[in-house]
Amino acid sequence: MAQRKQLRVGTQWLYVDDAERILRDAIRLREEEEHRNRIEGHVLPWYRRWLFSTDHKVIGLQYGFTALCFLLFGFSLMILMRLQLGWPGHAFNVMKVLGENRAPGGVLLPEAYNQLGAMHGTIMVFLAIVPLAVGAFGNYIVPLQIGAPDMAFPKLNMASYWCYLPGGLIMLSSFALPSGTANSGWTSYPPLSDIATIGQTFWLVGMIFLITSSLLGSVNFIVTIVQLRAKGMTFMRLPFFVWAQFVTSFLLLLAFPPLEAAGILQLMDRVAHTNFFLPSGLVVSGQILHNAGGGNPLLWQHLFWFLAHPEVYVLILPAMGIVAEVIANNTRKPLWGYRSMVGSVVFLGFMSFVVWAHHMFLTGMGTLISAFFQTTTMIISIPSVIVLSALFLSLWGASIRFTTPMLFALAFLPMFGIGGLTGLPLGLATADLHLHDTYYVIGHFHYVVAPGTIFAMFAGIYYWFPKISGRKLNDFWGRVHFWGSFVCINGVFFPMFLQGLAGVSRRLYDGGIQYAHAKAIAEQTNPFMSICAIGLLTFQVPFIINFFTNAFLALRGKRNVTDPNPWQATTLDWAATTSPPLGHGNFAVLPVVQRGPYEYNAPECTTDDYLPQHLVLPAPPPSGGGMLPEAAVAQREI
Amino acid sequence: MDAHEAHHEFEIPYTVHPRPDTGLYNGKLGIWLFLASEVMLFGALFSSYILLRTSAPTWPRGWEFLNVPLATANTFILISSSVTVVLGWANLRLGNLKWGRIFIACTILLATLFLINKGFEYHHEFVEGRLPSTNNFMALYFTLTGLHGLHVLGGIIVFLYMLFPGAKMWGKDRARYTNRIEIAGLYWHFVDLVWIFLFPALYLM
Repeated sequence: MAQRKQLRVGTQWLYVDDAERILRDAIRLREEEEHRNRIEGHVLPWYRRWLFSTDHKVIGLQYGFTALCFLLFGFSLMILMRLQLGWPGHAFNVMKVLGENRAPGGVLLPEAYNQLGAMHGTIMVFLAIVPLAVGAFGNYIVPLQIGAPDMAFPKLNMASYWCYLPGGLIMLSSFALPSGTANSGWTSYPPLSDIATIGQTFWLVGMIFLITSSLLGSVNFIVTIVQLRAKGMTFMRLPFFVWAQFVTSFLLLLAFPPLEAAGILQLMDRVAHTNFFLPSGLVVSGQILHNAGGGNPLLWQHLFWFLAHPEVYVLILPAMGIVAEVIANNTRKPLWGYRSMVGSVVFLGFMSFVVWAHHMFLTGMGTLISAFFQTTTMIISIPSVIVLSALFLSLWGASIRFTTPMLFALAFLPMFGIGGLTGLPLGLATADLHLHDTYYVIGHFHYVVAPGTIFAMFAGIYYWFPKISGRKLNDFWGRVHFWGSFVCINGVFFPMFLQGLAGVSRRLYDGGIQYAHAKAIAEQTNPFMSICAIGLLTFQVPFIINFFTNAFLALRGKRNVTDPNPWQATTLDWAATTSPPLGHGNFAVLPVVQRGPYEYNAPECTTDDYLPQHLVLPAPPPSGGGMLPEAAVAQREI
Repeated sequence: MDAHEAHHEFEIPYTVHPRPDTGLYNGKLGIWLFLASEVMLFGALFSSYILLRTSAPTWPRGWEFLNVPLATANTFILISSSVTVVLGWANLRLGNLKWGRIFIACTILLATLFLINKGFEYHHEFVEGRLPSTNNFMALYFTLTGLHGLHVLGGIIVFLYMLFPGAKMWGKDRARYTNRIEIAGLYWHFVDLVWIFLFPALYLM
């Protein structure tokens, strides 16, 4: 045996070959450490990691957290309104949070009710649901599902969030104004909004920030989906959720600028005293307004609805995407008619730009225009029905796993169905004359957005929470949350159809009891609806506790899910590690996509009942052995 | 896999070179989408112009009181600046940083000249007592040209950045710097194009 050389390190003598090995190990460990730091962002200070991060996952979480806070806030405003509607003129202690100038002695003033209404709508649509659906889910999930290391423009992504937050804070800050917030409804119709108090200016400035934010976001999404798809991820292999986000981004990109234009014009009206929306000879509180006039209030409505109708689809498409993912996963089958769903959603996107004036049948814009928009509205209902039918048919013959996300996704289907079908009479000019601006309209779009979109958002939260945090949300409390919310939310919104058919107008601060035709039904239904609303609030408490407890435990590193793919899903988001490392980089090795997104129980499945998109199968046996292709297809159809 | 190779996986692809199947690099697609949204913004404003004008009983004739010769000069200034930005990009493509920067500087000077002229026009209107509140024509005039002016200002800021601090990128990544100029140039052509529509709509029709 050859003599081993020795060397002295400090006070110790080591063999040289041992020392070499130790040194090599040390270098390797340090390289690994540096590598991990680079990926996980340990080297970045906390404010770069959590506040001004350029990582799509952190930004997604920022969006999600902020949007959930706004969702709760907007919901609380609604609770105050419901208290007033249920028991008009009663004093409530909780109302005193609004201050003496809005609720003297706990009795809500009519003008304060208008403020709550305007802010509830604005916050829910622009600050809560869109940022949650697009900013949070889109940001976190889309790059993972297409196998991208990050969004295409990480800095723009950060800028998008940092336009959204100030926009929201500007709107909220108007609560501190002596004259209060915007009070002309979320639609801000002029001439009322032109002459409204200073809160309206805050609303407009806030909106311009939000529009900028969504512009930056939508450019980023489209470029990411077009450019950063992993190898093999063709457009027809994109998960439906990505398709939904893709179309949504186009709607945000092209529909929001006209509202920005409208916002600029209204800002000019209010600040530079132009007359874009102020007609000649306008009488305000019995006084003729001495302005140059010549403006057109309908111009605002056209520009506003040119955004706000596509906006409805911005609210619903990501929800459909989430529901499609959850349904495919829990039925263990491919989606029924994936291609027609994709075709429908693209067609829906196009059509949504030519239906806006169905919100304006009552303005007297002319029967010819009404006929045109009525026709396009009937046409746009077709693709929505196709998507919904495809989702329903996906359930056919499936052995459904009734997980918590699946319950929310299943509830989405009939709820969105009710919301959609009750929209048809509103799309017909004749029926709309009766139903316009009644509670029927409120019932219709709340069915689409609340038990529709928000339930889908909950489905998404329960579904992706294990991926994000490494913890599953508690199933029992999830079920309590679901069933309680499901019952209460119907109790709130279903009576609205009855009220609307009876002719109760929206935006009445006493719920309509001052009118003879509305008094009876308002008194019969409003207290019940308000109790349901309070019940709905109560049933969010389990969710909030469930959510924050698990988020806190996850931050402490306590995981209860070890499998990165706990739902046995096929899409690429589940190929990434659990709570993918922060910093750019989601996959240890960028995946190469082999097949479509929903290969559950495919004939090639041997060990499991699903084939992940990136899984490379061993080469097929030579022809002659095994099943014929037709036989394989036939078996799958069964 | 060693650390260096792994790190490579986390870089965002196609920031400089086009993706083979789409033929685009990320920034170029991004700017086209941004411009599509800008088309919708100005499109909505032009639609408002049409709606307000067609529904008005009388409409002022812009050429009777606006400074048409100065606006004509401004039109040529802006078109020239579109030419200089292309020349700047072409020189960068040929690897000539010096002339590239000279042409970018020319673009900035022309854009500034445009804004100075616009300032004179605004001053004249204010002195004459034609304010945004005077009538809808003046309201549209100030809103449209003001928004366009902000776009010109934005372009100047971008080109100033590219000319001085941003030019450091040339040493590290020439192709990327050239792409940035191309993208800024596309934006600049759009700003130019908006003016080509604004000029007749406000001054000549």
